[in-house]
Amino acid sequence: MVGEQLTSDGRLRHLLTLEGLPRETLLSILDAAASFVSVGEREVKKLPLLKGKTVFNLFFESSTRTRTTFEIAAKRLSADVISLNVATSSQSKGETMLDTVQNLEAMDADMFVVRHAASGAAHFIARHVRPHIGVINAGDGRHAHPTQGLLDMFTIRQFKGDFAPLSVAIVGDVLHSRVARSEIHALRTLGVRDIRVVAPRTLLPAGVEELGVKVFHDMNAGLRGVDVVMMLRLQNERMKGSLLPSAGEYFKNYGLTPEKLALAAPDAIVMHPGPMNRGVEIDSAVADGPQAVILPQVTFGIAVRMAVMNLLIGDAA
Amino acid sequence: MKIHLRGGRVIDPASGFDQIADVCIAAGRVVSVGQAPADFNAQRVIDVSGLVVAPGLVDLAARLREPGLEHKATLESEMRAATVGGVTALACPPDTDPPLDEPGLVEMLKFRARNLPGPRVYPVGALTLGLAGATITEMSELTEAGCVAFSQADAAITDTQVLMRAMQYAATFDYPVWLRPQDPHLARNGVAHEGALAGALGLVGIPVVAETLAIATILQLMRVTGARVHLCRLSSAAGVELVRAAKAEGLPLSCDVAAHHLHLTDAGLARFDAQLHLMPPLRSESDRQALRAGVLDGTIDAVCSDHAPLDDDTKEVPFAESESGATGLELLLPLTLAWAAELKISLPAALAAVTCRPSRVLGLTLGQLHDGAPADVCVFDPDAVWVVSRNALVSQGRNSPFLGQTMRGRVRYTIIDGHLDFEAKD
Repeated sequence: MVGEQLTSDGRLRHLLTLEGLPRETLLSILDAAASFVSVGEREVKKLPLLKGKTVFNLFFESSTRTRTTFEIAAKRLSADVISLNVATSSQSKGETMLDTVQNLEAMDADMFVVRHAASGAAHFIARHVRPHIGVINAGDGRHAHPTQGLLDMFTIRQFKGDFAPLSVAIVGDVLHSRVARSEIHALRTLGVRDIRVVAPRTLLPAGVEELGVKVFHDMNAGLRGVDVVMMLRLQNERMKGSLLPSAGEYFKNYGLTPEKLALAAPDAIVMHPGPMNRGVEIDSAVADGPQAVILPQVTFGIAVRMAVMNLLIGDAA
Repeated sequence: MKIHLRGGRVIDPASGFDQIADVCIAAGRVVSVGQAPADFNAQRVIDVSGLVVAPGLVDLAARLREPGLEHKATLESEMRAATVGGVTALACPPDTDPPLDEPGLVEMLKFRARNLPGPRVYPVGALTLGLAGATITEMSELTEAGCVAFSQADAAITDTQVLMRAMQYAATFDYPVWLRPQDPHLARNGVAHEGALAGALGLVGIPVVAETLAIATILQLMRVTGARVHLCRLSSAAGVELVRAAKAEGLPLSCDVAAHHLHLTDAGLARFDAQLHLMPPLRSESDRQALRAGVLDGTIDAVCSDHAPLDDDTKEVPFAESESGATGLELLLPLTLAWAAELKISLPAALAAVTCRPSRVLGLTLGQLHDGAPADVCVFDPDAVWVVSRNALVSQGRNSPFLGQTMRGRVRYTIIDGHLDFEAKD
């Protein structure tokens, strides 16, 4: 897998997954992102780094937030950016994914930002694009969401500094979460000492321990003393059925309340990839409280995506 | 045509015969194995020294895609692939379009196959109408039309009462029931072996218990219905163990494994290569080892190709959206030879798993090579090395997890019912 996104000399060609990416690569992206954060605070929020490049946001699965942040990131780098909601256009007319990609290549694309409901979809596209085109995985099924993982690491570093001594709990629907998988890979690579997942057995993938995490089913035990609480979104359709009996019971056992948060370290931060379900996985008092860093995550997300785009197709690439 | 195969290493797996000998063929029968009769005037004398002369392969699962799925493959293309692979008899599952659920369809298939060169074709009829798992088929009529067993192919019967009644009805007439054991609920949306790798990759898993639970149900129903059952495509060590115990108990049970399951595991999935999307899914290394051992000790009766030619479009999509299956007729022999070489199994014992043993599952006396046997013969070079490539395959389906890999063992001549149906050019 590593071979598909790195060139033989170790340069990042695509960003498909954080699994297997060297520590130095992750840190260099975070460093680059740090230099981009201030761009958003300027009066003219533009850098000419991707001037003349064309970025296609290729969303086979609908998304507003992620697509928007990629769009902003590309525009701040002066790229021409076109967002396609493929879920509602050509695919419904029967065009195959490969046809769509090849048509856009013919329009001289330089980068595809891909979101798709199938795990491995970004790998598939990366394998079929021309050599100069960079592919960013903006979420493939349950597999990976590497820019989200990176922006979460950026956020942690911003508020906590050194990764190694940290204790981090990821809480919620790990089974269906590409975010959780990317976070776990990144936390491991960055040397975080204590990585925990907290969820009922129905929301954990088989063999999750082999990802290098400690499993907790009791949220109180799982949060005790942690420095970072990373909440996951619970999809509406999973709140009631054979995975969970009800949103109410889920909140009772796994919702983050001020009382449960009090078990974490006093200066623990609370993160969430959004969009939040208030009252399902997180109490509003926590979401809007002093320990939440959920909105800074969104801001940092733009800087991180700028860094990745520039790394893949900027002139220095 | 009278054919004289001179000086080959003749192997009859059923009897263990393994000697340099001549084989004479006339009128669709093996006339002699050993010294050629003095008065035998062959029209064709073939020097096969250095080659192995074996019974033709008997494949328990080869999809020929007719009727209805000609965009994937045709009877012509797949029967040709079979002869190139040394397969001289094959059972075809009923998952055609429409499925083989009425006698006319089966008669047409038999008729078409009879008029083409290539293997003997044994249709497996649908156990339920449309493979829908609700209404049982006219099994007697289908048997008269040529069906040798009844199966659901890869479709499950979700209603256990229907399954029990289908088994009861089949048992009334002693028709064999072939079932692929997989609980449809536990396998829902699954595309890969449920384990740490599928978990990490975010692929929906099919747990081993989906197989063992289905086997346990089938075994219980066998005990009360008396049905004869053949389990298709075991994939797990636990499944092999259940079959071993059931056979020891004396249940009329047989089973097979697909050749690719003897060689591949889920470890290859990390690249999301759709060619590795197979059903049942490729499982762990310990499962693979148990399947290999199961064939060796006879718990697993036969190795089959599970041949499933697909059009390219169905694999040119992300893993989970791809269609499962691999083309296999041309790889059955080399994959079996590779399994035998790696386990240091003798050639006669290895060939038994693809000749006389599957023939026994079908209730036939094919897959043997002795005086008077049907003249279905596969002559192969056990040391010929070749690379699996799109161009090297004759099947219309070029979908294989082995593309680019080197195989050892290649068929030189295939004789079916006394006719020389294939002769390698190179």
